[in-house]
Amino acid sequence: MALLEVRGLTKHFVRKHGLLRPPSIVKAVDDVSFSIDEGEMFGLVGESGSGKSTTGRCVLRLIEPTAGEVYFRNENVLSFSKARMRLARRDMQVVFQDPYSSLNPRMRVGAIVEEPLVIHGMGHRDQRQARVAELFDLVGLEPDHVRRYPHEFSGGQRQRIGIARALALNPALIIADEAVSALDVSIQAQIVALLLDLRTRLKLTFLFIAHDLRLVENICSRVAVMYLGRIVEMGETRALFAQPTHPYTRALLSAIPVLDPDAPRQRIALDPSSFRRDAPLQAVGDNHWAAI
Amino acid sequence: MSALLDLQHLAVTFDAPRNTRVVDDVSFTVAAGETLCLVGESGSGKSVTAFSILRLLQPPGQIVNGRILFEGQDLLTLSERNMRAVRGARISLIFQEPMTALNPVMRVGDQVAEALTAHNMASRGEARHRAVELLEAVRIPDPTRRVRDYPHQLSGGMRQRVMIAIALACRPPLVIADEPTTALDVTIQAQMLDLIRRLQAEFGLALLLITHDFGVVAEMADRVAVMKAGRIVETGPVREILRTPSHEYTRQLLAAVPGRRSAANRAR
Repeated sequence: MALLEVRGLTKHFVRKHGLLRPPSIVKAVDDVSFSIDEGEMFGLVGESGSGKSTTGRCVLRLIEPTAGEVYFRNENVLSFSKARMRLARRDMQVVFQDPYSSLNPRMRVGAIVEEPLVIHGMGHRDQRQARVAELFDLVGLEPDHVRRYPHEFSGGQRQRIGIARALALNPALIIADEAVSALDVSIQAQIVALLLDLRTRLKLTFLFIAHDLRLVENICSRVAVMYLGRIVEMGETRALFAQPTHPYTRALLSAIPVLDPDAPRQRIALDPSSFRRDAPLQAVGDNHWAAI
Repeated sequence: MSALLDLQHLAVTFDAPRNTRVVDDVSFTVAAGETLCLVGESGSGKSVTAFSILRLLQPPGQIVNGRILFEGQDLLTLSERNMRAVRGARISLIFQEPMTALNPVMRVGDQVAEALTAHNMASRGEARHRAVELLEAVRIPDPTRRVRDYPHQLSGGMRQRVMIAIALACRPPLVIADEPTTALDVTIQAQMLDLIRRLQAEFGLALLLITHDFGVVAEMADRVAVMKAGRIVETGPVREILRTPSHEYTRQLLAAVPGRRSAANRAR
């Protein structure tokens, strides 16, 4: 069953060019639809400016979308009042890319992880602190770390703090927005292992937003590829990587450096005239769609 | 044949009295025309090594031991004035972040031309003419118009091309590239790696490429040196390092790279 279903999500930004020139419209997200099953790790990939982060933020209504519907447990969160939306966010949490700028440098990390519980008025002090200790243990941090400040931690540990904060309210859905992109490869592997482990233990569902296709191929069961605000291809990871169909997906996959120095390098250049930007997704295989 | 660059037992500290060596006993050579990749994670000392070669370390950073032989001459014994004649002209540097490395209030053509006039390689008029040629060499479309652009008018990939044009202006035999594609999207990275490879052949460059990405290593390197905590733990030809790494750390790094697994493993 789908935990999250996004239909026709659209976000247009208006760019003003001063008094004399008419404003132009940037279609950051343009008619995006996908659904994520309970317990699934769904990958949303694309390059900078493709609209993948804006999509994630619109789902949480951190940015208000221009149009579309976002069903969470079959209820359209875009129709929720502010108060209702605040409640809904308990179940939908986000882990950001930059573990340096997403933690308040003047707060002790224990207080950072406790803050969502305070905001949502959960439990009294002792209960909250017990919960923080539990969360620290869950993400692999030491209990005595609670009194330290963010600068005392490495990037990988900071990301664990960000994950603990996201888990504080027991959410069902985690939106991981480039959550491991800023980390060194060995640390990245540890954090990815932690996320996969948490998914199993806590029955979490993930919207995993990333630009690293190799990573997404490894951990996501299904994937959607975004280009200039639209999903150009979507499907089961195995099928999509084995048979990329959209010209952009092909170009993107051919650009990934392979670990074998003798592998033939056949870069496919993207020819923008080879596809229509507004083409609808159509089935090109079992559970595999492309906008061609 | 003697090496173009021969680094011997380099050691760098950042805390003079305690002498913690951020770079410790690092030795490697780069032959003319070859690509050596220096790989490691953040804090391994790879960028500090690069900056040491150009003597661009800022205090408290200090070279406490070693020799840096370039074309047979120890760069550490040169006067600052003679060192300036090496930087940019004989050894140039391509940075990771083209937006911060370029001057935001100077037209890109002038920045490329400045690389030539600063070393008295050309008159101002010639330099301006050469700038157009160099932008053309790095495949910037419509270079006669683009020379008049400011950095903010260019995309990330185009800015990195300008950086490369500046680095190549004096036709140096050695280019040091510090994570030149890390800030770029994968499709732009692919274009940039192809471009660097072509220019290397065209200009006969030796390349010291600093990266944390083994994919980039596989595409670019002739030889590889793996750094960890200030030391080189393993060095060898690229195929050997990638296929039969002998050091445990190299094996761990390679295992951590998200790569292609078997289909059965992938379906979760």
